[in-house]
Amino acid sequence: MAISTFKLAALAVAAVGTLAAAPAMAGKTLDAIKARGQIVCGVNTGLAGFSAADSNGKWTGLDVDICRAVAAATLGDAEKVKYVPLNAQQRFTALQSGEVDVLSRNTTFTLNRDASLGLHMTAVTYYDGQGFMVPAKSKIKSAKQLKGQTVCVQSGTTTEKNMTDYSKANKLDLKPVVFEKVEAATGAYFSGRCVAYTTDASGLASVRNKEAKNPADHVILPELISKEPLGPMVRRGDDEWFAIVKWVIYGLVEAEEYGITQDNVLAEKAKSTDPVVQRILGATEDTGKLLGLDRDWMVRAIQATGNYGEIFERNVGPKSALALPRALNNQWKNGGLMYAFPVR
Amino acid sequence: MTTSTPPKKNNWSWRSQAFRGLIYQVIAIVVIGLAGWFLVHNTLENMRIRGIQSGFDFLTQPAGFDIGESLYPFDSGEHYWAAFLVGLTNTLRVAIIGIVITTVLGTLLGIGRFSRNALVRGLCSAYVEFFRNVPVLLQLLMWYLLFTEMLPASYEAWQVGNFYLSKGGLIFPVPVWAAGHAWALAGLVAGLLLAWVYRKWAFTQFEATGQLRSMFWAPVAIVSAMAVLGWVLGGAPTEMNTPSKGDFAIENGGALTPEFLAVLLGLSIYTAAFVAEVVRAGIQSVSRGQAEAAAALGLSKGQEMRLVMLPQALRVIIPPMTNQYLNLTKNSSLAVAIGYPDVVSIANTALNQTGRAVECIAIVMLVYLTTSLSTSLLMNWYNDRAAIKER
Repeated sequence: MAISTFKLAALAVAAVGTLAAAPAMAGKTLDAIKARGQIVCGVNTGLAGFSAADSNGKWTGLDVDICRAVAAATLGDAEKVKYVPLNAQQRFTALQSGEVDVLSRNTTFTLNRDASLGLHMTAVTYYDGQGFMVPAKSKIKSAKQLKGQTVCVQSGTTTEKNMTDYSKANKLDLKPVVFEKVEAATGAYFSGRCVAYTTDASGLASVRNKEAKNPADHVILPELISKEPLGPMVRRGDDEWFAIVKWVIYGLVEAEEYGITQDNVLAEKAKSTDPVVQRILGATEDTGKLLGLDRDWMVRAIQATGNYGEIFERNVGPKSALALPRALNNQWKNGGLMYAFPVR
Repeated sequence: MTTSTPPKKNNWSWRSQAFRGLIYQVIAIVVIGLAGWFLVHNTLENMRIRGIQSGFDFLTQPAGFDIGESLYPFDSGEHYWAAFLVGLTNTLRVAIIGIVITTVLGTLLGIGRFSRNALVRGLCSAYVEFFRNVPVLLQLLMWYLLFTEMLPASYEAWQVGNFYLSKGGLIFPVPVWAAGHAWALAGLVAGLLLAWVYRKWAFTQFEATGQLRSMFWAPVAIVSAMAVLGWVLGGAPTEMNTPSKGDFAIENGGALTPEFLAVLLGLSIYTAAFVAEVVRAGIQSVSRGQAEAAAALGLSKGQEMRLVMLPQALRVIIPPMTNQYLNLTKNSSLAVAIGYPDVVSIANTALNQTGRAVECIAIVMLVYLTTSLSTSLLMNWYNDRAAIKER
């Protein structure tokens, strides 16, 4: 009797063992999205110009528009996006675990993140650099004057490390005060706890415009202390989905290069004689088919958000509230870095 | 099985309760072990499939980030484990100082609720009811906002002598380390030993002759005298690192940052409300007759509390007090919300720099488990000491 019990136990052990040996498989992201009828997009909890929800719960911003363009290209409707606001620490875990399909949250591409997180970087949507903001009345004109001062910073970003590198290289001995939430970090800066606040220059402009009582009271110092190529990320293990997100971004950038806009996209498709334009819009070649989409994928994406230039102008450009110059984010023909791989 | 089996063998049959019990325990252990193995294996397997790197090897890589405040100098070129150590010391600093403040404040409040003065009684009750019923995170944020909003900016700090209070925190002069301080420290330790010997002697004298000698002021005098003696022997170093007003902030000197002060005050004041209740319950558990007996012997109100009530109440107080100490230590992890670089904050940063989420969380769990178990161990030992000695 006793022996049979042990047999039973052994069987149980074996059974549990077999169960455990079957690992969870990642399904095809595009199929899952189509079945769900919705893209789940990880965005910033609130960074005006990049991703922020208004009082009606409607999300806007450059990062948000990328999600909308991808949704338009894949599902045919830019509104079919579920936004998941993530803080700097949650973002990678959320993408790794499959909680979001794409992480479009002003995330810097670095070797470490590429190689060790199990994620893919798609394409750069904003070339940025880290800067410092100080109160105008402090009369600080250069980051080199910050010797020995406290600097408010959000944890879980490349920012902390850049600042340390810069502080070390210039013997500044900066003292970081690190907050988990960006609101806490900016709140501490505006209350005067820190002499300076540091993050990507675009973030500084956004924070200054949105949160300062009087934006003119704060100065963004001229030094940019790092390179911050920002863009959306996807999970590894689904190359098709990776390609879709990447090529929607390239498509938007190339659309600007060839003068296809939100307003003229249908007209261009009908009567443009430029072979490149016709190819992008699927009038001659069916590029969508290669990606597992239909012919009109880029037409819908451009209809939804406009080309990259229009997205930039609307959200962060000189005429928007942030008033950021095009600078590095201009087309390569105009001296910028926006150089889309050819859609063909 | 044959009937010739001696009854003793029944120990190994299903009819034996002991045997069945053993089997159940073995099954329980196997199931728990398998569940644990399944979780670990599945996690590692999934991480491998998704190309997420894992392992603790990152601990010996350079951290590459600075830490705003630490008890000892930390350089960003040091390893991740050194950064974790700084976080741990920051957590322990809040926990230990917090426990001391909480105990003193909580005990005073608890005793205050028995005061014959209605105002003191009312204030103590109001304190307990207010601080006990507001979430601790909210209290931390409140203190932090108070410090960073109400205090003046660093360049127009309030000044009392060489002490400055501003948004940059409390800045104070610190002695510049010299060999003489080591002598002073040695004198202090010697003084403590001597005071202990004195108290033993005084106690035996009291039991032999009934003459009560000073049990508090004399030891204090011994300790201070020895420390001063050591300091003088060491050459009486007096050089101080005095803070001074810089262009944007106070420079030099020692500093208690607003983050540290907010965490310390918030946690101590919150936990003191609970400790006050524990102390009150402990005192109420001592029968009224004891107090009356003490009064009949002619003890003063203070002596009655110190010599009769509290020692007996201690037996009821210590176990729930341990819980409060553990709560305080664990609640210190909320410090991350207001920018204090405790172990959770450091782990968050490390997690993001390296992407080793599971490992960093495991380290934090281990840290809290170890500190909590050590605290319990210490308190259990003290509880044994305070328990009724049955001879």
